[in-house]
Amino acid sequence: MTLLALEHVDKVFGGLRALRGVSFEVAPKSIFGLIGPNGAGKTTLFNVVTGVYRPDGGHVRFDGAEIGGLPPARVAGLGVARTFQNIRVFRSMTVLENVMVAGHKLHRSGVLSAIVRNTAHANDEGALSVRARELLEILGLQGQAGDIAGSLPYGSQRRLEIARALMLAPKVLLLDEPAAGMNSTEARELERQIRFLRDELGVTVVLVEHNMSLVMSVCERIHVVDHGETIAEGTPAEIREHPRVLAAYLGEEPSAGRTEREA
Amino acid sequence: MSEFFQQIINGLSLGSIYALIALGYTMVYGILKLINFAHGEVFMMGAYSGYYLASWLGVERYQAAGRGFPLGLALVVLVLAMAASALLGVLIEALAYRPVRSAPRLTPLITAIGVSLFLQNAAMLLFTPNPRAYPPILRELRFAAGGVIVTNIKLAIFVVALALMVGLHLFVQRTWTGRAMRALSMNIDAARLMGIDVNATIRATFAIGSALAAAGGILFGLDQITINPLMGVLTGLKAFVAAVLGGIGNIPGAVVGGLLIGLAEQLTAGYLSPDYRDAITFLILVVILVLKPEGLLGVVRQEKV
Repeated sequence: MTLLALEHVDKVFGGLRALRGVSFEVAPKSIFGLIGPNGAGKTTLFNVVTGVYRPDGGHVRFDGAEIGGLPPARVAGLGVARTFQNIRVFRSMTVLENVMVAGHKLHRSGVLSAIVRNTAHANDEGALSVRARELLEILGLQGQAGDIAGSLPYGSQRRLEIARALMLAPKVLLLDEPAAGMNSTEARELERQIRFLRDELGVTVVLVEHNMSLVMSVCERIHVVDHGETIAEGTPAEIREHPRVLAAYLGEEPSAGRTEREA
Repeated sequence: MSEFFQQIINGLSLGSIYALIALGYTMVYGILKLINFAHGEVFMMGAYSGYYLASWLGVERYQAAGRGFPLGLALVVLVLAMAASALLGVLIEALAYRPVRSAPRLTPLITAIGVSLFLQNAAMLLFTPNPRAYPPILRELRFAAGGVIVTNIKLAIFVVALALMVGLHLFVQRTWTGRAMRALSMNIDAARLMGIDVNATIRATFAIGSALAAAGGILFGLDQITINPLMGVLTGLKAFVAAVLGGIGNIPGAVVGGLLIGLAEQLTAGYLSPDYRDAITFLILVVILVLKPEGLLGVVRQEKV
């Protein structure tokens, strides 16, 4: 059983081969880690999956159908949502509105009913805001619903991006360094929230993250890329011991007794 | 003193026309970071659609019979001309701007200048370069109060412009499309990845901006009595200055900027010399770019380095 599958995906930027034949499969309702040193191609992989980039070779299959090369809004509509490494909240909207923006599936009434605020519009906005508040509560942001998004601290903006992505009712959620800029307490809270998404909402999670303790404790499988190529895949325990992973993170030949630390 | 109030009333009326046009500049800039130089020509085309619609609806016959054009028909002219211009705006976007949307920013800018020249010349070909008297779709009535003369036309300009601006505000703040527009103006890539149909939203932006410009065109025709194929050049430029003055990309800013430019122009014409009425706008542009380049209501955007 596979929800998301990449088969020999290539991506070239001019003379740079950013991805070289990357393949992996993500099982439904799993938490899948994607790690690698800076510049390894992790965000490029996310961009290929979400339609921001068109792959130059290979296939991206989601739920059995080819999605490689589809426009981003289509991919999002099919149930692939993401957050961003560099935060991209809608800064001058409120926290609640940020989440509501992604809820177009819940929206039906037209322009006129919005302007005169009739019942159809009220029902739409009601349903949108109820759902948006539920998601904010899951991410621990219910108290900030009325705040301007750009004024939140970084950690909260990252969690807001997750809430917004969940509004798309995704089957798979791609998280691009969600713990960046979080302190260890926030990161532990994030770990609990990621588990909740999978356990309670049934969302499959693909996680790009440099915080190794988070990756190792929350992911069931981990895929490692370096210089655009797969160098390893396995369980956290296998990855921790893998010689090529150690080499990629710590430099050449790992010497005996050295353990992998945070990258 | 009555002289002063007279100038204020005329300035607000002229300024609300600038504001209507400035809204289109600012909405498009907010989303595409494109200065749509063809917007002044959409304004001109809007004025001409109003002209032809009024004559099609028999404004001359009413005039010949010494009767006023019915208010209902005047509204029909306004609404249909707005719809026609909305269509023109959508066409311009689809044919000229969409193909170069991902090109470097200079390319769409030059495309916009090309579209503007094309429309000016098309209008001279279609409508002849001669100025035309604007049909009296509203018969002028004068009210005098304490030495100040207010015509129903000045009032109508102000009221129609105000109603459209309030409508736009409600649209942007309350509707689904309005929320999508705001999201796009804040971060177009994130909006796309949140499932927003970027093309449809941009289309809606051009449609609304162009419809407002058409309303401005008709009100301008009523106010200034004549229209011509090059009327969009200077007026469009002034409205653009109004958008910059208010803070380009900022909707309330465009309204404030438009009203201020209208007032400045009218007061200059009244108290200095009518010769300086055009110059004052561009003097304001220079001053605002030196002192507060982000505009009155604009915010300084920190560039990430």
